[in-house]
Amino acid sequence: MAKERFEFTTGLKKKLYLVAIIGFVLLLVGAIFPGGGHEAEAGDHEGTEQHDAGTSDDHGTNASDDHSGADNDGHGGMISDESGEDHGAGEADHGGGWLKRLGVNLWINNVYFVGLGIIGIFFFALQYASQAGWSAYLLRVPLAMGSWLPYAFVLMIVTFMIFGHDIFHWTHSDLYNQFLANGELNPHYDALIAGKSSYFFLPLEGGSFPLFFVLRMVVFFAVWFFLFKKIKSLALAEDELGGDSYWFKMRKFSAIFLVFFAVSSSVSAWDWIMSIDVHWFSTMFGWYVFASWWVTGLAFITLVTVLLKEAGYLSQVTSNHLHDLGKFIFAFSIFWTYVWFSQFLLIYYANIPEESVYFVERLLSDKYAPFFFINLILNFIFPLLTFMTRDAKRLNVFLKIVCIVILGGHWIDFYLMVTPGTLGENGAFGFTEIGLFMIFGVAFLFVTLTALSKSALVAKNHPMLEEAKHHHI
Amino acid sequence: MSDSRNFVLGVFDDEDVLLSAVRKVRGAGVKIDEVYSPFPVHGLDEELGYKRSRLPIAAFMFGILGTSLALTMQFWMLGVDWPMIIGGKDFTPLPDFIPVTFELTVLLAAFGMVGTFFVSTDLKPWKDPKMLDLRITDDKHVMAIDLGQNKSVDAQTINSVLKDSGAIEVNDKEVED
Repeated sequence: MAKERFEFTTGLKKKLYLVAIIGFVLLLVGAIFPGGGHEAEAGDHEGTEQHDAGTSDDHGTNASDDHSGADNDGHGGMISDESGEDHGAGEADHGGGWLKRLGVNLWINNVYFVGLGIIGIFFFALQYASQAGWSAYLLRVPLAMGSWLPYAFVLMIVTFMIFGHDIFHWTHSDLYNQFLANGELNPHYDALIAGKSSYFFLPLEGGSFPLFFVLRMVVFFAVWFFLFKKIKSLALAEDELGGDSYWFKMRKFSAIFLVFFAVSSSVSAWDWIMSIDVHWFSTMFGWYVFASWWVTGLAFITLVTVLLKEAGYLSQVTSNHLHDLGKFIFAFSIFWTYVWFSQFLLIYYANIPEESVYFVERLLSDKYAPFFFINLILNFIFPLLTFMTRDAKRLNVFLKIVCIVILGGHWIDFYLMVTPGTLGENGAFGFTEIGLFMIFGVAFLFVTLTALSKSALVAKNHPMLEEAKHHHI
Repeated sequence: MSDSRNFVLGVFDDEDVLLSAVRKVRGAGVKIDEVYSPFPVHGLDEELGYKRSRLPIAAFMFGILGTSLALTMQFWMLGVDWPMIIGGKDFTPLPDFIPVTFELTVLLAAFGMVGTFFVSTDLKPWKDPKMLDLRITDDKHVMAIDLGQNKSVDAQTINSVLKDSGAIEVNDKEVED
């Protein structure tokens, strides 16, 4: 019981700063050489550079050069371009280039880390709603993750305001009117998107400010944050005063959170990710994103718990508790695959063009096909085989390796959800992506660890501490 | 070859007492043949010093068998024996095979595990089980100590150790082998 409270030491802070600086440098390198790290195919690399050089020049002459082929390919791969020709060929390609890629990456990381934040609260709430006792020692870690929410909200709104047009095709105002002001047919009119306009713009007119969309975002974050604050204050009051009344109150708010989360997690998945491919939809998508978030969150909780334990904290957490966390990761990696495959198989088997275009963009693209398989290997085959035995789930080494792989693997999952629909064949994976992920990761860790250091690392008066102590499997 | 075995049976009515008793009896150098209980007692395996069950390995092997059987069957049927175009796909599209492969993997793993369990514990419908004490099917735990395995310890010591560690009664029983 030497260390009851996590100490966010300056040494650790310095290390995190260092990682952030490296991330920033990588980001800068990515900005200067947008081709990125491993991506050596010359076609696109040169393409982007020439775009940059040719911004002031007229685009036409350049486009007839060697990279025009690549340009056309890019269009072919994008579903949205049937009606949004100018979007690809015009401003986006001109000013776009690396900035657009930055915006898309900001969005990927936003969605990824928001997921980590709410999964922290979700894990906490789940333990209370199911009256679980085994996890009583390690609940402060997921609780701390929820502190990311306000920062995530600001980041998300700002990213949406700045890069909304780059990420979401439906934000373009010229898609919604069948006729132009002068009475001619609007060449950009898209009946499919116009039909969905109320989902984004209600009560305003299609193409104006997406009030309903933004409102949903605001309401979700507000309710999540309110319940998080409520639960957290109850947990801290329990530390001071004890008694089981706090446990019952927390259970009540946890149940409310779970009900709200069940709806809001799906809707936010549609809003924030599925609406990127706005012509396409999948009824599995909410579950798919939730599963991805949930595994990522579990991996993060486990990783932090193991690292804290190795640093001398959380001495009460034994390999039995870690075993349970490992089982969670193992089971939900399979669950993620199950949902992923359920979505894939039906679309692949029915082969309806408007549905299968989603996987055509990913699986039949030279750019994304490798990620498609890496995604499956990292998030399914690897955890399946490494975590199958009992010993692996009880040893720190294995837990750390698998958690880190899953944290990276599911980032790639989100990368695959967002990038093909926004950047199309101009997407890449390089220093930009790695650098921004590192910066976001450090920011998230900073917020989480600061929150963690503010209160006792283990609840003092949790009524189930005794049960957790004797937890044995 | 003796055709009968002599047991000393310690009867317990509480699983916590039973667990500590197992520790004490083994500590006194007495070898326990088996502990019978009406429900699984958590931690009993460890106290008895049993090795971890190898059943999961069997399950894994049967699972792998199921996977390979399912894939072989489907590839052979739809790829070799009677190729058919279904839904405009190739003759042998892997994604289509996954559901069947999954199901057969689970099925064979489950059946194989149950079968392995029956074989390894020698359970069969025509088996005549030796019941050392009828109450193990109801509410008592029974620790069976085979005197034949404890030649170096005399029966009196075993009796007293059992009594000391909380047995509510200690009985002798002879069982035909």
